[in-house]
Amino acid sequence: MGELKKTTLNELHKKLGAKMVEFGGWEMPVQYTGIIEEHKAVRRAAGLFDVSHMGEILVKGPGALPLIQKLITNDATKITIGQALYSPMCYPSGGIVDDLLVYRLGDDEYWLVVNAGNKDKDFRWIKDHQAGEVTVEDISDETGQIALQGPRSQEILSQITDINLEEIKYFRFAWAETAGVKTLVSRTGYTGEDGFELYMKAKEAPQVWQALLLAGKDFGLVPVGLGARDTLRFEARLPLYGHELNEEYTPLEAGLGIFVALTKAENFIGKEALLKQKAEGVPRKLVGFEMLDRGIPRAGYKIEKNNISIGEVTSGSFAPSLGKNLGLGYVKSAEAVLDNEITVIIRDKGLQARIIKTPFYKREVK
Amino acid sequence: MYPSHLKYTREHEWISIEGNKAVIGITEYAQKALGDVVFVELPELERKVEIGEAFGVVESVKAVSDIYAPCSGTITAVNEALLDSPELINQDPYGDGWIIEMEISELSGDLLSAEEYEDLIAQEAE
Repeated sequence: MGELKKTTLNELHKKLGAKMVEFGGWEMPVQYTGIIEEHKAVRRAAGLFDVSHMGEILVKGPGALPLIQKLITNDATKITIGQALYSPMCYPSGGIVDDLLVYRLGDDEYWLVVNAGNKDKDFRWIKDHQAGEVTVEDISDETGQIALQGPRSQEILSQITDINLEEIKYFRFAWAETAGVKTLVSRTGYTGEDGFELYMKAKEAPQVWQALLLAGKDFGLVPVGLGARDTLRFEARLPLYGHELNEEYTPLEAGLGIFVALTKAENFIGKEALLKQKAEGVPRKLVGFEMLDRGIPRAGYKIEKNNISIGEVTSGSFAPSLGKNLGLGYVKSAEAVLDNEITVIIRDKGLQARIIKTPFYKREVK
Repeated sequence: MYPSHLKYTREHEWISIEGNKAVIGITEYAQKALGDVVFVELPELERKVEIGEAFGVVESVKAVSDIYAPCSGTITAVNEALLDSPELINQDPYGDGWIIEMEISELSGDLLSAEEYEDLIAQEAE
């Protein structure tokens, strides 16, 4: 492992007293004051996240849409300029290369936003399939990203941006001047709350970050680290690559079927395998469960039923908004039934859990 | 932050010794490094443990951490308040956040004074 990469906000995090950790090759803040406190602040008011480590790949030219259609499982022809789309990107096996957001910036111009730890792999994968009149450019290093999440987000952002945020609906975006900086303002996020993701030139991220912290002061805005980002996305059952998603699991098994457009006109990588799996039925499914016995499930713990192995935990945590110990994991499809009682093996002991509905947390929509 | 009447281990437990009784917990440094403690697994009463044996587990939101015995002996009491309020370990690691009480049969030969422990964590912080 070489030197860790640093975002342009690194110094500011340290000044705010953040505890820094390695994540996907980057030195990132895991927490500022405490994971539970930061988590609750996002649910109650708002939180500010540095997500500049995420990768951005610019795909441009008449061949851009055909390339994207070949690479992703969802249908990018559905989006117009100013819209974003979530999609898995698969191997021929149906296993997942990464999950990503597609932003349509122009007729023939798209941004793919990918996971930090997968960025180089994704870039190579995309380049390997490049064909026709299209350029593929990794613009991650010069692009900063800040997420503002929580019910007060719109009020906060509206103080320092020049566009009417009311007009930006879920999974839409617009260009704006925010704190004097050209930003792409997108109504998306990874917390289960309303909020925005802002993209700007990396070197201008500190200006936007500082202005947002100031604008949000009276609204209860706090900086939030990767620790609470994980517990927030977990409660909202948003999958995390390396946990719920990897090269073994398919989007159908992961419960992401609505992002797999098997009927789109173009052929896409993994289609054959996914069609087959859909016809035959998935062998395992991602489920959410609640611990009945005392214990916290963690990634990698085994799941059993009547002493027979049926699967594995992919994420688990004390859920701060719900006050319960919850988990996500893959189990054999026959056992993936609501209210089914399963056994999680924690430190060689079998502890009882029950499969429950997900997402564990759903915000009340006004 | 590191009371001088306590002894410390290199694994960040503290031990308070009175006669043949010991009270054991984790240090200020340990609770801070762990972050919000959300779960504690306590040993059974009368269990016999050896020096260096893991007798319990403290879990924070992100981490699972064993607690090691600074002495051999028998568990005589456990802090049951931690079952419902594990955050006591964050709030008061040397007081209400104590973890177990033991009857000592043998003490570890490698216990540190407060001063030695502060030197150790100063090195770890580097």
